[in-house]
Amino acid sequence: MVWIHTSVSVKATDAAPNRWDVVALPLVIGLLALVAIGGREMTAPLDSVAASPVDLDPGLLPDYALRSTLRMLAAMVASLLFTFVYATLAAKSRRAAMLLIPVLDVLQSVPVLGYISFTVVFFLALFPGSTLGAECAAIFAIFTSQAWNMAFSFYQSLRTVPRDLGEVAQGFGFSGWQRFWTLEAPYALPGLVWNMMMSMSGGWFFVVASEAITVGDHTITLPGVGSYLAEAIAQQRLDAVGWAVLAMLLVILAYDQLLFRPLVAWAAKFRVELTGGREAPESWVLDLFQRTRFFRALLAPLGRLVDRVSWWRFSFGGHGAGGRARPLAGRLASALARGMNRVPTRAVDGGWYALLAVAGAWCGWSMVTFIASGAGWADVGTACLLGGATLLRVVVLIVAASLVWVPVGVVIGLRPRLAEAVQPAAQFLAAFPANLLFPVAVVGIVRFDLDPDLWLSPLMILGTQWYILFNVIAGAAAFPNDLKEAAANFHIRGWQWWRDVMLPGIFPYYITGAVTASGGSWNASIVAEAVRWGDTSLTAHGLGGYIAQATADGDYPRIVLGIAVMALLVILFNRLLWHPLYAFAERRLRLA
Amino acid sequence: MLNTTTSAAAPLFALTNVRQAYPKPSGQEYVVLDAVDLTLTNGEIVGLLGRSGSGKSTLLRIVAGLVRPTAGDVRHHGAAVDGPTDGVAMVFQTFALFPWMTVWENVMAGLKAKGVPTKEAETRAEEAINLIGLSGFESAYPKELSGGMRQRVGFARALVVHPEILLMDEPFSALDVLTAETLRTDLLDLWMERRLPIQSILMVTHNIEEAVLMCDRILVFSSNPGRVAAEIRVTLSHPRNRLDPEFRALVDDIYALMTARKPLPLAATLNAKRPPAYAEPLAHVSTNLLAGLLETLASPAYHGKADLPHLAATLQHEIDDLFPIAEALHQLGFAEVEEGDIRLTEPGRLFAESGVDDRKRLFAEHLVLRVPLAAHIHAALKQAANHRLPAGPLHAALAAHMSDGYADETLRAVTSWARYAELFTYDDESESFGFADLE
Repeated sequence: MVWIHTSVSVKATDAAPNRWDVVALPLVIGLLALVAIGGREMTAPLDSVAASPVDLDPGLLPDYALRSTLRMLAAMVASLLFTFVYATLAAKSRRAAMLLIPVLDVLQSVPVLGYISFTVVFFLALFPGSTLGAECAAIFAIFTSQAWNMAFSFYQSLRTVPRDLGEVAQGFGFSGWQRFWTLEAPYALPGLVWNMMMSMSGGWFFVVASEAITVGDHTITLPGVGSYLAEAIAQQRLDAVGWAVLAMLLVILAYDQLLFRPLVAWAAKFRVELTGGREAPESWVLDLFQRTRFFRALLAPLGRLVDRVSWWRFSFGGHGAGGRARPLAGRLASALARGMNRVPTRAVDGGWYALLAVAGAWCGWSMVTFIASGAGWADVGTACLLGGATLLRVVVLIVAASLVWVPVGVVIGLRPRLAEAVQPAAQFLAAFPANLLFPVAVVGIVRFDLDPDLWLSPLMILGTQWYILFNVIAGAAAFPNDLKEAAANFHIRGWQWWRDVMLPGIFPYYITGAVTASGGSWNASIVAEAVRWGDTSLTAHGLGGYIAQATADGDYPRIVLGIAVMALLVILFNRLLWHPLYAFAERRLRLA
Repeated sequence: MLNTTTSAAAPLFALTNVRQAYPKPSGQEYVVLDAVDLTLTNGEIVGLLGRSGSGKSTLLRIVAGLVRPTAGDVRHHGAAVDGPTDGVAMVFQTFALFPWMTVWENVMAGLKAKGVPTKEAETRAEEAINLIGLSGFESAYPKELSGGMRQRVGFARALVVHPEILLMDEPFSALDVLTAETLRTDLLDLWMERRLPIQSILMVTHNIEEAVLMCDRILVFSSNPGRVAAEIRVTLSHPRNRLDPEFRALVDDIYALMTARKPLPLAATLNAKRPPAYAEPLAHVSTNLLAGLLETLASPAYHGKADLPHLAATLQHEIDDLFPIAEALHQLGFAEVEEGDIRLTEPGRLFAESGVDDRKRLFAEHLVLRVPLAAHIHAALKQAANHRLPAGPLHAALAAHMSDGYADETLRAVTSWARYAELFTYDDESESFGFADLE
């Protein structure tokens, strides 16, 4: 059951040129700020959306769970569409990539819950008086937790389509549409499905967080597991929290078994390596569909339709059979392309750079003025200081989690039977939204009167530590047997065994897990540093708490400030720590 | 099925004075192909024979319309080629099958892309599959097939679009010896029986025997830049016998042709800016192979001299494996290669008979003496205050005169030879050269 693609979840290490972040960061944050400004102005007279109140009757939970699931699905569909368009554009056009890739890098460094603070008001204003706006805001929040990762994965796949296959497509005169659906999309599929699954496991966290949220005077309450939980917290009902946990467990289990396991098993056939060496993932649902006559008959027309559609030509200047005349649009397109080629590339590039620089500067300026409208230098200092506190928490927690889970993961990974049992459990735990368990911790902290600055910290890594565990298990399980035997044969034991044999062997896997865990922890900090239990609210000193507080107050300048600082910290953290470590692991420690 | 009437008018395909060059950041260009002429006529198999890096695969892609040449005239039936050529299909060394499509779907792909009506497409696919000996495998995925079967799919996929010209890019070199032979014979039989829906075959190979076995005409390419060094007509009747003295003589001739030292000044005078002496591409050949060949030559079986085709057959090496070893030995002054023969020199004999330490000393001497790049690095290291030389600038200097890939390989070659000779070493961490004893 080892089907970890270690490389896919890691961002485009070499694809993202650093200097472009200088443009991208202000661009992204600035635009978000603009959305918030616009939204606030539009919605001044709007009241909070009056949604049906959530009832704590466990009998209603299946219905709530269904609604949460649907939100998840809608976000997934949106993410897929986004991925196809955005990544394809970036992969096909060098100039577009110059802008899109750094922007993507920033987008995924912005804390997910930050997006919702900005966009809630905007979406509410879009559909005044109906819950649709709130729905959209929640779906958008989930979308932001999935789309960036998926787009990166797809982009990287598109860039690495094997040359010979590309030449076959070109030689046979595939149109762009045909090439996309018969070559590029299938090639990218295994990585994309894996990333969808990883993103999805992050997504549950944000479903829970986004269904019940207050931004200034606007309160969203959408019927779902998340709002059920929020109600349970408000009423201080631990039993209802328990029901929510149970419902979530079942939903995730169903999602895994009914959707992702079949998808992963099915996607395996799109892997390019021609040797059937690796163990094929299995799924009983997929078997059911592929082996029963009834389902086969049911799916056959669908298959034929997909086949038919993917072979549509949709061509601009491609030459069809029998020397059909080129359509006018095709001639226009190729004339335009020729004209573009005649303009010196440097001149076009120069103009493009200038345009980007101006746009970046403008967005950056509007961001600064917007922050300045409600916050001063003292606030910047505070935000940076609190950012340092959160950074310290993240580092300490990652180190602590590593010290615990690396040895455990190795011990498990080296025992194939145990690994087979534990691995799915670890993945499952990673998917489980840890914020469902926060109330339990809060009750404990309140009961024993503990220091929130210290005791709220572990919540940040509660859900993300599992990424470290299951990646390390995968690494240890994939560790070559001959190396293990050689180590035993030469009596390499104890500390030397760890230092020279096992730790280098699992390092690339560990880094993948740790990158994911640290990203998740930053995201979680917004929820974890400010928690409530009934009327009691606990806040730890940190940037996450700062953003959460500003969000609750509807204090937009401070939200923008906090999010800009956090995005900056995450980017710096990635660039200065994870990227070099990952490059080192790739270069020196990859076991081919 | 095959239209055998040869029209003398316009050739099937004609390339005139084709040149392919890539600009380098230094402002110079890296020339892959230079002044290449090629015509294809009805009913012939033409082979492009040459070492890797001689641009023959690029030439094939120019014919396919996948690559547009920097200069020169490319005509198909007298019409200029612009974009993927119609009536041309390619078979790849790596098979290039879509792993997510079955054999059937792979074969159908080209027809579907062209929008051939389903009924007709299915008939044609069935024909091609039967012809090429794949019936029964239609529902298999490529990964379920052996290499030979995969390449048959490659053939069927190319033939099904009824191309005029079949392009083959080293189609048998990824297969084991027996499989390759079966496939060659099957293809030749179909060709001789005129059952293939094609009019001409253009194939790239680096296997001399394969070229002589299959082709009516062989263009021998020189490398750096790729030029047509010779054109050889093969008039032996089919089926050809590898043991036939005439066959052997032809193979020997081509070996001689390909091992002839190329007149270096010619290449140098053509470049306006003469590259420094050290900017000479080196093939990365392991010192184990060098020592192994020297020992083999020194053994009583050869008495210091061997015929390269014979050696290749005995050692089961293709020329692309054997030539670089022989040439590296030649460059290092341990052997001399000419006229298809390789002869041990005095230092070479001494090397073969010495122990480890003497070998290393001898190797180091020859490295500094005969390989300008090694001498250059060695001298630079001695001069440098900290006795270190960063690899980056050196790589850039090399890449100004050759492709990036060659620059990589050249640096790898010189590094591994210098490490063996304990002349200097390379530190991957700091990406710089240095002396071993200073580490």
